[in-house]
Amino acid sequence: MDPEERLCADTWTKSSSSSESLKTPPNNTSFNDFNTQQTFSFNNPFGAQISVTSNANNQKQMSDPQESNNTQDWDPRAMLNDLSFLEKKIHQLQDLVHVIVRRRAQSAGQADEILVQQQQLMTADLTSIIVQLISTAGSLLPSVKQTICPESSISQQFGVTNQTAGVSDNVVFQHNNSVNKLEDPSDMTGFFGAEQNCPIEDHEMKSDDDADEGENLPPGFKRDANLRMHMRGHGDEYKTPAALAKPHKESSSEPILIKRYSCPYIGCKRNKDHKKFQPLKTILCVKNHYKRTHCDKTYTCSRCNTKKFSVIADLKTHEKHCGRDKWLCSCGTTFSRKDKLFGHIALFQGHTPAIPVEESKGSAGPSNKVEQLEFKYKSDAPSGCSCRNVMDLEGSGEDPISYFSPLNFETSCIDGFQEFPRPPFEDSESSFSFLLSGSCDYPPKNGRYTGSNDME
Amino acid sequence: MKKQLVPESSFSRFDLLSEEIVFIILDFLNENPLDKKSFSRVSRSFYAIESRHRKFLKPLRSEHLTKILNRYRYVSTLDLSMCPRITDASLGVISGRCKEMLRSINLSRSKFFSHVGLSNLVMNCGNLVEIDLSNATELKDSAAAAIAGAKNLERLCLARCKSITDIGIGCIAVGCRKLRFLSLKWCLGVGDLGVGLIAVKCKEIRSLDLSYLPITSKCLSQILQLQHLEDLVLEGCFGIDDDSLAALKLGCKSLETLDMSSCQNVSHVGLSSLNSLAGCLQQLNLSYGSRVDRALADSLRNLSMLHSVKLDGCQVTCSGLKAIGNWCVSLKELSLSKCMGVTDEGLSSVVTKHKDMKKLDITCCRKITHLSLANITNSCTSLVSLKMESCTSVSAEAFVLIGQRCQFLEELDVTDNEIDDDGLISISMCAQLSSLKLGICLNITDEGLIHIGKCCLKLKEIDLYRSAGITDSSILAIACGCPGLEMINIAYCEFISDRSLKSLSKCSKLNTLESRGCPLITSSGLAAIAVGCKQLFKLDIKKCRNVDDAGMIPLAHFSQNLKQINLSYSSVTDVGLLSLASISCLQSITILHLEGLTPSGLVAALLACGGLIKVKLHASFKSLLPPLLFEHLDARGCTFQWRAKTFQAELDPKCWKLQLADAE
Repeated sequence: MDPEERLCADTWTKSSSSSESLKTPPNNTSFNDFNTQQTFSFNNPFGAQISVTSNANNQKQMSDPQESNNTQDWDPRAMLNDLSFLEKKIHQLQDLVHVIVRRRAQSAGQADEILVQQQQLMTADLTSIIVQLISTAGSLLPSVKQTICPESSISQQFGVTNQTAGVSDNVVFQHNNSVNKLEDPSDMTGFFGAEQNCPIEDHEMKSDDDADEGENLPPGFKRDANLRMHMRGHGDEYKTPAALAKPHKESSSEPILIKRYSCPYIGCKRNKDHKKFQPLKTILCVKNHYKRTHCDKTYTCSRCNTKKFSVIADLKTHEKHCGRDKWLCSCGTTFSRKDKLFGHIALFQGHTPAIPVEESKGSAGPSNKVEQLEFKYKSDAPSGCSCRNVMDLEGSGEDPISYFSPLNFETSCIDGFQEFPRPPFEDSESSFSFLLSGSCDYPPKNGRYTGSNDME
Repeated sequence: MKKQLVPESSFSRFDLLSEEIVFIILDFLNENPLDKKSFSRVSRSFYAIESRHRKFLKPLRSEHLTKILNRYRYVSTLDLSMCPRITDASLGVISGRCKEMLRSINLSRSKFFSHVGLSNLVMNCGNLVEIDLSNATELKDSAAAAIAGAKNLERLCLARCKSITDIGIGCIAVGCRKLRFLSLKWCLGVGDLGVGLIAVKCKEIRSLDLSYLPITSKCLSQILQLQHLEDLVLEGCFGIDDDSLAALKLGCKSLETLDMSSCQNVSHVGLSSLNSLAGCLQQLNLSYGSRVDRALADSLRNLSMLHSVKLDGCQVTCSGLKAIGNWCVSLKELSLSKCMGVTDEGLSSVVTKHKDMKKLDITCCRKITHLSLANITNSCTSLVSLKMESCTSVSAEAFVLIGQRCQFLEELDVTDNEIDDDGLISISMCAQLSSLKLGICLNITDEGLIHIGKCCLKLKEIDLYRSAGITDSSILAIACGCPGLEMINIAYCEFISDRSLKSLSKCSKLNTLESRGCPLITSSGLAAIAVGCKQLFKLDIKKCRNVDDAGMIPLAHFSQNLKQINLSYSSVTDVGLLSLASISCLQSITILHLEGLTPSGLVAALLACGGLIKVKLHASFKSLLPPLLFEHLDARGCTFQWRAKTFQAELDPKCWKLQLADAE
């Protein structure tokens, strides 16, 4: 890599990580959006621009530089954060401009196309930093209430990027009035950009439907749904379907714009170029999807030392019932739910539910298996690794080869098991002795299978 | 073998018989299990032939398994229900000797074995087709996994295996693909998932018993996809309700018998989904379920093959019965036992339409009168079985109609009714009668019963419980007229004496004698029974005060098939009890209020009687017996039931019935 490009990359990493650390209010998604953009930008030949192809009649509205401010309460501490963020950004901007200046000086001997590309990249970077600056600066204004037309900073951002002639479409807009277009998936791919008949609404807000109603909730409930679940305990009147239903939204009179996101990983089903493209709904989904599917799993469960996760929330969910519900199949696959195990057994010939052998203490078996699997996993990984900065963001290991695998975890898992020496399933007598001999390797069980009269 | 084989002469004529002929002779020696024993003692060759002939074995003691299995090498069916103690070692012996010959094994009454023994058995006996593991409450999923190794298994009974869960059943479903008959009754650990997997994997299933399982309609939809399912029992499945049942699409085209008794959450709404079974369903049991009204009856009217319906214990309305009467099918069997709300009008509308009725049960329909009986006898002339215990509003004259019009009756239960001698005389015209229950019929006397004895030559079973008016002459007539008598109950018939017993001793097939509260019976009468009725397996001489040890000694000597005896309130002492202990197949013994019984005598008898499974004792003995004895007997598989009832004086029958009425 060109040292300057590297510098450039570093700036990106910095900027994204700093914005990450900012802990901006959840409805202020511009940063998040921005991060993902950055993430994707590097192996995209056209840079990180978002194209918003707008209808002509919307154009005006789009470029309308209306300031949006979603902060409900003015928090001086947040403001301080914002300010330091601005400061950092300005430094970055300065660095970038320096680079540009230096390049201009050197550029005499270089080929035109490369120059153009690099300039495009630079411009994109500049644009995004400026957008960040503007939006953060806007959020500093303490008294500005949410405007009637809540066109968020994103829309501005898009407006700007549009002007900079970006081609990439990592964010796909879709208006919910144009459902007929949705019906044809192939159409959708040709339909990146948005038909903006209305102001863009912040999607993060909409999908989680928590923040906007936060004011009505007593302290302790982030989401309205949680409150409703809690209220059931206070009496039967809170258990009626009406009481449990989602509260009606008043703002629904306005038509809502549905945004769809694409995963930057080419070949992924969530990538817009895939034949059966399945768009992601929120930017958070993009993040989690990317981590889960294309990143190394760095969080290991401390209890079983087997399961690994790339999203910390997944680890926490797993830890809640790790070791408790271990449903095993004779093929060695474990399930957290019994019905999943039975579905598996119904599907495959010769697989039987495994009965844990009391005396099997062997934890050696599973650990071996895991190592083998891990090895397979790494060796299968491609050498080309595109999303370095994301990994840095995660602060993960040193070996770049292990970062990504074209396979997701499940498939590599199956590969691993196929190598595991084992009698064929069809001969259930021998697979049976395999079970009884104690060579099978379940983690030490605790009561689940021994419980008599254990009615499910 | 107690006796030495008789030394043979150099030549025996029997040796001329070919083995095939002897086999055919042996095929007919089925009545008394001891017959074959005698046969094999005739000669060395007979002994050898008998050893080769025997396919079925029901050993009394597991200790001798090695010996008997060495002798009988061609045993394919092994019934271990007399051996309460079967350990893994015993199963090892069986699997080592029987190997591929064994096709069926019954372990339903045995304990003390584990999954290790079972897996040994299944590994060695690859041709096992049938396993009965009922009541193995201790067995866990590992045992089920062992069973799953029996690939040729077709019949499996796991009733009351409460510790087996979905996981174990899942193993069986995967392993035993040829299963045709499966009973999971009371397997409380098995739910939708396990049963669903059975339906997915075992496509050959013909009969499935899912009584009292915590299942819902979820697995039902899978079960009813089975193409060969004929018999389905869903008794007491509370998880099955209307909503889910109504949503079911039942694809089964083979189901003939469906038992949904005690499914309390199912009403006519859910039952209407049974219409899709219309082409095949023949027998339906909805006992102890929802109210039988017009809607329910109408929901079933499209079942065109239906011929048997059981509605026991349901609330029944008149319009419901009328709607049943309007079904286009012709019912052959209807049971309304203990139904509330059965009236003359309703019942008449049913029986007048369904003229082909063969079996009718109207037990405890207390509102019906002679009108109903007149209609029944008038239209259902081909009745084979009529059960009408405690139809107290039916007058005595009505019973005459039964004999006049229903000549084909084989089974008649008129317990606790107003029937009198005229009725009995009329009933004696039913020459096919084999079972007659006349308990608590206070209006009958010898006159009527003598007619029965003279005419009903095929009588096998007669119940005269508390029919106080009868004397020895009735029993004499029955004993002479009905040589095939197998069961008689003369409890609390005070006038019965030894004469009756001596005459009954000619009924060589008699296997059950209940003579409670007959104070005139003595040991000599009992001795006659013991000598004459070799097949006796159940004897109740409670409150026969004049029976003492002298009656027990011949019993011990001759009644080698006796399994169950009640000696409470009799005059038997330690000696009698000890002699009884020599009966090798004695399993159950009830000894309350035996004045002559001492703790040491009891201990000796209990130790000597190796086959005991159940002992009912007075609670006062609990502290008098050594704790080690309990441990020992427990290890043998014997359980104790303690009763603390005080001595009760006997009431006269009329007074007893009044008391009974008061209690209701």
